[in-house]
Amino acid sequence: MIEIKNLTKIYTASGQKIVALDKVSLTVNKGEIFGIIGLSGAGKSTLVRCINMLEKPTAGSIMVNGQEITALKKDELRAVRQKIGMIFQHFNLLSSRTVFDNIMFPLEIAKVPRKDAVRRTRELLELVGLADKADVYPAQLSGGQKQRVGIARALANNPKLLLSDEATSALDPQTTRSILQLIRDINRQFNLTVLLITHDMNVIKEVCDRVAVIDDSRIVEVGDVMSVFTAPASPTARSFVNSVLNREVPTELLHRSSAVNGQVHTRLVRVAFIGSSAGEPIISSLIRKFNVDANILYGNIDRIKDTPFGNLTLELIGQPRALQEALAYLQNRGLEIEVLNDV
Amino acid sequence: MSDGWLLGRLLVATWETIYMVATSTFFSYLFGLPLGVILVVTARGHIMENSVVNRVLGWIINATRSIPFIIFLILIIPITRLLVGTYIGTVASIVPLTLAAIPFVARLVETSLKEIDWGLIEAALSMGANSWTIITKVLLPEAKPSLLLGVAITTISLVGYSAMAGIVGGGGLGTLAYYYGYQRYENTIMWATVIVLIIIVQGVQLLGEKLAQKASKNRG
Ligand SMILES: Nc1ncnc2c1ncn2[C@@H]1O[C@H](COP(=O)(O)OP(=O)(O)OP(=O)(O)O)[C@@H](O)[C@H]1O
Ligand SMILES: [Mg+2]
Repeated sequence: MIEIKNLTKIYTASGQKIVALDKVSLTVNKGEIFGIIGLSGAGKSTLVRCINMLEKPTAGSIMVNGQEITALKKDELRAVRQKIGMIFQHFNLLSSRTVFDNIMFPLEIAKVPRKDAVRRTRELLELVGLADKADVYPAQLSGGQKQRVGIARALANNPKLLLSDEATSALDPQTTRSILQLIRDINRQFNLTVLLITHDMNVIKEVCDRVAVIDDSRIVEVGDVMSVFTAPASPTARSFVNSVLNREVPTELLHRSSAVNGQVHTRLVRVAFIGSSAGEPIISSLIRKFNVDANILYGNIDRIKDTPFGNLTLELIGQPRALQEALAYLQNRGLEIEVLNDV
Repeated sequence: MSDGWLLGRLLVATWETIYMVATSTFFSYLFGLPLGVILVVTARGHIMENSVVNRVLGWIINATRSIPFIIFLILIIPITRLLVGTYIGTVASIVPLTLAAIPFVARLVETSLKEIDWGLIEAALSMGANSWTIITKVLLPEAKPSLLLGVAITTISLVGYSAMAGIVGGGGLGTLAYYYGYQRYENTIMWATVIVLIIIVQGVQLLGEKLAQKASKNRG
């Protein structure tokens, strides 16, 4: 759906050059929800805004649906933009228009005959659950309702692609969840490709299929959300995962465990359970099969999109040999294992 | 001079002032509004960026605005003559009033349109809107309350200018006050014109605010 190659964007502000994107390459598949996460100033907004040419790339290529976006003439670009929906952090609704007329605006731009436009607008109002707010002005809506209008407006011309620039960053957690739910629903219902950027790992966890981590103008990690959550490779990704999963083990524990005493050793092990294995009695069989004791230090169960995802930090105590066998056993069960203390 | 005669003169002069001000406000917006829009959209980073147009226009506007109105009046007498055949009287006054107000209006419109959140323009761009659509469906409607207040400010300024034009034979309340009030020491007429002017200005301001309020109702 989107194929970005060596995208570079350099801003020149008062004589100074700011590299906002440095040779970014990225592929977004049709029908997936792709998340881009990064800290403030990493270049996220610049990246999405290049995709509909709100920002002109300095170098590189962007293919959307097989079309090279950077080479389009003005009127061609306008036609393409009509098929790329976009939603914004601050909604950007016209205060002079009612909810109904805001949603109808892109249809006016696309010169859809009025009768069809009215019918389509009604449909969209139903879709986002705001049929009763048609004649209200944006100022009278809550943030969540405003974003629903934004989404309806973005979908008006049946786009194949939806771009979202921090669409939930101005909303409270509960409203965020309901907006994300809506994005998921429309993604499934219309096989809509969604590219969303955020600085909140919860958003990635809740709706994304794949994620790219952007750090200081560069993509440092790409993968499906589950593997980034279970085995983040880059420091940036790790800190984002930790921000929602609490994977850090207090240092006192690490020190206590490494204080080895005689023949008995301890290992601090983090085990990630994915999907159905989250329900298996692994710990009890571990204790039965091997001569080790297990002390549960921390555990939680969560959900990444639709898949249950468990996270357990164990202290395993026993002879070195037994410990080794126990770890091998866990690994063979297909669990993601990470030994946290030094051996 | 009877009271009836005085009242008659006052009514005629009031009507002349209203006519001059209304007509020149209309024409100054007819030309000033598009110029203000051009100033905004050709600015750096805006939807029709064009530094040459923007700079030349800005320079002309500043130059015209720096000429005091009373000098401007005399300066453009040839143009006035060319357009209406004479440079004296109510109709002739409309020419300098309009010409002087156009750059003023252009700057007022520019200020109003610049207040609009860039995010709204960006949203329209992302939907594939062209510049004309953005001007007519985003910029002007969003700025409507502020534009209406600008119309009130322009009208009130033109009331003042029209009195100045009146002194050099432009007609209206200015002429009345000057001939009878100043040259013949008719205090009654002087005060009557002042009161009428106050009423006109207050009325315009009130009307402007009411309309602006109505336009921004529900907007929050
Ligand atoms: N119009 C501009 N002119 C100059 N520099 C810019 C411009 N827009 C962005 N930048 C710079 O480019 C870099 C990337 O900005 P960008 O807005 O893409 O970051 P971001 O990841 O979206 O951050 P945030 O989470 O704060 O929105 C920043 O250093 C920013 O200062
Ligand atoms: Mg941003």
